Order: sequence, then structure tokens, then C-alpha cells
Amino acid sequence: MAEKISPEKAEAHWSKTRALMWTSLAIWFLSSFFVHFFAPSLNKIVIFGFPLGFYMAAQGSLIIFVVLIFWFAIKQNKIDEEFGVAED
Amino acid sequence: MLKGDFISNLGKVYGIYTGGFIGFVIVLAILEQMGVPNQIIGYLFVFMTIGIYALIGVLSRTAQISEYYVAGRRVPAIYNGMATGSDWMSGASFVGMAGTLYLLGYDGLAFVLGWTGGYVLVAVLLAPYLRKFGAFTVPDFLAVRYGGNIARSVGIIVLISCSFTYVTAQIYATGIITSRFLGLSFEVAVFAGLLGILLCSMLGGMRAVTWTQVAQYIILIIAYLTPVVILSAQITGVPIPQLMYGGILEKISVLEGQMGIVKSHVQPFTTYDPLNYFALILCLMLGTASLPHILMRYFTTPSVREARISVGWSLLFIFLLYFTAPSYAAFAKYEVLTNVVGQPIASLPAWVKAWGDIGLVTIKDANLDGILQWAELNINTDVIVLATPEIAGLPYVVAGLVAAGGLAAALSTADGLLLAIANALSHDIYYKMVDPKADSKRRLIVARVLLVFVAVIAAWLASTKPSDILSMVAWAFSIAASGLFAPLVLGVWWKRATSAGAVCGMIAGFGVCMFYLVGTQYGGMQTWFGVRNISAGLFGIPAAFVVTWVVSLLTPAPSKDMQDFVDSIRLPRGGPIMQEN
Repeated sequence: MAEKISPEKAEAHWSKTRALMWTSLAIWFLSSFFVHFFAPSLNKIVIFGFPLGFYMAAQGSLIIFVVLIFWFAIKQNKIDEEFGVAED
Repeated sequence: MLKGDFISNLGKVYGIYTGGFIGFVIVLAILEQMGVPNQIIGYLFVFMTIGIYALIGVLSRTAQISEYYVAGRRVPAIYNGMATGSDWMSGASFVGMAGTLYLLGYDGLAFVLGWTGGYVLVAVLLAPYLRKFGAFTVPDFLAVRYGGNIARSVGIIVLISCSFTYVTAQIYATGIITSRFLGLSFEVAVFAGLLGILLCSMLGGMRAVTWTQVAQYIILIIAYLTPVVILSAQITGVPIPQLMYGGILEKISVLEGQMGIVKSHVQPFTTYDPLNYFALILCLMLGTASLPHILMRYFTTPSVREARISVGWSLLFIFLLYFTAPSYAAFAKYEVLTNVVGQPIASLPAWVKAWGDIGLVTIKDANLDGILQWAELNINTDVIVLATPEIAGLPYVVAGLVAAGGLAAALSTADGLLLAIANALSHDIYYKMVDPKADSKRRLIVARVLLVFVAVIAAWLASTKPSDILSMVAWAFSIAASGLFAPLVLGVWWKRATSAGAVCGMIAGFGVCMFYLVGTQYGGMQTWFGVRNISAGLFGIPAAFVVTWVVSLLTPAPSKDMQDFVDSIRLPRGGPIMQEN
């Protein structure tokens, strides 16, 4: 086991982790559901032949998901390092 | 041979393997040009690829418990991502997804969204914490967090309910593909597929399954991309179908207008109303984050940090297939609207006739004018991907490649599911509940015997061709989400969740979901608010959360020890909590 981490430090680490969790889930919710509520109106905008509402469900949201996970992983890693609780 | 420096040589090993596979396809293409019959080419594809998987399985055999259950926790993030990709993408995603999109247009995208977005939840809410905990199985976590074998047992029941129907469907898919390409009878093909699955997983457990799944991913992605890239180059002049089908969508809309087709390809909510569309997305996403065969893949990474990154790689590899599927659908629809519909029925393209002969394309000349109308043509969803090589006029070798890809997708998912079920039986029931003193040799024997046992039952069930097996696959997501999502997430994120709360929550979620599924499917029950039963989780998931919350608050808070335990899984440092050997 590594050296003990003080409860205050652990608490601070967890509150930052929790904030990151809520931010990530908010982005997840927006791109999973919220954008697609407006699909019928977004479809009026056409880019390279893709109606935008269709494009968001077929590619746009998926790209956001992939980028979001990598961003989250890097961000969480920084938090862990900041509080000295990352793995060696 | 696979010791020590195997991990550090992974890039080289799989690079050579990929090159070898491409070489193999080229050789077969040359053989075909020299006049070797199609059936021989088909046999070579199936036997060579299954042979390779079996070889990897045999080379990865192991006598160590931690190698068997979690591949020694040495799988680098990117390879675990590839393995998860093929673990995830089933025969149905490979063969059926594009066809569903062809049929439903925009509304089919609920599957594309639902089967990708769940990984965000896996990365943020669960994978790193389960990895830190260091369990061998998902019920292991439930048992430790919720103090005991009641939580473990309920978890096992949910796990088996959701995984077993799923694995049966995979073996069924293997049987279909093998029988179509080898001309074996369906029952023989099912057991041939089963043999392939067992050879991959039995000797080496998770370790063998991991390295086989990486190999299977490479084959399935090459097989999926090749035909549609060529088709895109033929139709649009640019071999990037994912970008070029925008123009095709425009042409489809124009053609739909000319032909008076009411249901537009890009128009939202023509099949599902918005409630069902979003309910389905929600159930598929939460189900993704609860399916044990996916979660256990993240037990195999070397660290918590790599577990997180690995989820990103997984989704990237899955994304490659899922963002291609809509382009398959668009190109196929364009082809049908330009070269099939509106033609005299006597002179339809050859591929329509070929698939019509085996009953997967049906034509009914309703108005007897001898010309095919849109409404008179019915295409089975499996045909779109399988027929694309013929639509593009490609040689048979490409069709064989697609079949090998579909087989890889079905086999890899079956492997993962089978292992999840067998591990729950051998580790959670036998070792943890029946005989905790068993030595490692005995445990591995039991694990292998149970694996074969479960596989044979699933194969037997598949060989009886149960009628609504494919809808049962969609149910698996709702069942997993209803029974497991709340206890797993609250177990990490809410210290106040108690054993009684979690057990009641699991039973409530699972119970509500099953009640709705069975009631509406078989009992003639009315749907609630018009929600279709593939989204039964819409009721099960909140039931699980509410019951867990209420019962937890009514029972005394978890002990100090348990709260410390939750704290310790929240911090990456310090190695796995649960050390087993």
C-alpha cells in the first residue's frame, strides 16, 4: 500500500472528480438526447448533402462521445496527479 | 512462445498477422480468377479464420487463475479497446445493423446512438472503479460492496438472464453464416460454430479470449469496410463512403419525391414516436454500461489509468463500424431506387434474383403491371451487408471476406458472453459459495467443465431456432440496465447505499422489467404509455433507483469499514483492493 492520504485531501480529490463526472454527463446528455429533440428543424440545414439532424445522429454525436471519453480520461488523470493519488 | 516479451511485441505480432490476412485474401482472389469454385473459396475462408482463432486459443492456454479470469491484468489499453470492440459488435451489428437503417431510415439511428453513447457512462461512472476494486467478476463487486451472498446471487440471476439469450443469438448467427457459406445443415453448422467458440476460450479463459478477439476485430473491420469503400468509389468516385453518402442522401430524397414514397429516409420519427425513440436510446446506453461481458473487459488492464483510456479506444474502434453502417444503408437504398424499383420484374438485377431464390428478398406484383414498385419489394435486413459485394459487381472473394467478418463478429461476442456466464458459475457460485477451499487446479477444471456445459446448452437452444430470439437480444439490454445499473453506479457514487437497499433495488428493477417484457410479449398485457417492450428498461431502471434509495434510507447506514472501502476504490493509488491468486 502507498502512504495514507489525509481525509481532507481525499475529500478535495473526490469533489473535483465529482465535478468532472457531472460535466461529462451533461455533455453526454446534450449529445445523446437534447440535440435530437430538434432533429426535425435541424434537418432543414443541409451540409454536403447531409441534413444536419440526420448527421448528428449518424456521426456528430458519435464523434462527440469518442472525443469526450479521451478528454475525460486525460482530465481525470490530471486531477489524480494534482492530489498525488495517481498510480506510480 | 507467448511468454514474457509477447506483450511488448504486440504491435509486430498483429502487424504481421494483418499483413498475412491481406495476403491470404489476395491469394484467394488469384485462385478464384484461376477458376477455383466459389464453394472451395468459402470453405477456405471459414476454416482458415476459425483455425487461426483456435491456434491463438491453444497458444494462450494457461494454468494460472488470474490469467484465466482477467488475462493477468496485463492487456494494454489499445489492445483491450480492440478486444472490447469485437466483444461488443455481434453478428447482428455486423450483418443486421445496416439493413435496419435501410428499413427505418433516421429512426434506426437510435441503435447507432444507443450502442455507442453508453461507453461514456462506462468510462465516467464504472470502469476505473471496478478496475481499482480488482474483482474477477461483476457479482464479486456486488458481493463485497453489499456484504454477502444475497447480493451476489441476485446479481448472478440478472447476469445469466441477460447474457444467456444473447449468447444463444450469437451461436444462432454463427450457424446461419456457416450454413449459408458451407452448405452444411443448420444444426451441424451450429455445432461446428460451437466447436470454434470452445477452442478459442476453453483452454485459456480470458487470456485466450482477449488475444483472439483482437485478431477477430482486425478481420471484421477489414471485411466491413472493403465492399462499401469500393462501392463508394464506383458510385461517387471517392472511396470514403462515410463522407460521400451525403450526396447520395440528397439523391434519395429526390427519388423518393418522384416515386411518391411517403416515408422519407432522413425524416425523424416515422416508425418510432419520439418517446419510443429516446426510450430505446436510454435503455441501450444504460444496458451497455451494465452488461457484464463488457465491464469485465476493463478488469484486464494494467492500471486504473489505462482502464479509462481503454474505454476511449474501445469506442473509437466501435465507431469505425457504426459510422459506416448508415452509408451502407444509403448506398443500398440508392441502388434499389435507381436500378431495381421501376424496372420490369422480368429483368431485375442478378443479386435480387439470387437472394430472392433463398427467400430473403420477396417481390409481390400487387397491381400486376409487371413493373416493380417500392411497396412491392421486401428485403430482409440481413441482406444489405451480405449483398453489397454483388451489388457492386465484385468477385466472390469479397463476399467470402464479408462472411468471414460476420463470423468473426458472432464468434467474438459469443466467446465473451460465454466466459461471463461460465465465470459467474465457477467463480461466484462454485468457489465463493460452494467450496471456498478448492485449490486452483480444481477451480480451473470446474471453470472449463461449466464453460462447455453452458455452451452446449446454448447451442442446443440455438439449434431449435427459437422464433423471437432476435428481439430477445434487444431485451438483454433492458434486463441488464434494470437489474445492474443502479446497484453498480450507486455502489461507487453513493456511500449511503445499503445492502438491503441494493438487493431490493435489483429485485425491483429486474422484476418490473421482466413483468413488462413477459406481460406485453406473451400475456397480452397493454403497453404502458405506448412504450414498446424493447424499451422495458424505461420502467425497470427508475424502479431500481427509487427502491434502492428509499430502502437504503430506511435501513442503518453502512459500517465505517464499508465506507472506507468505498473511499479506497475512489482513489486510483494503491493497487487492487481485492487480491486473489
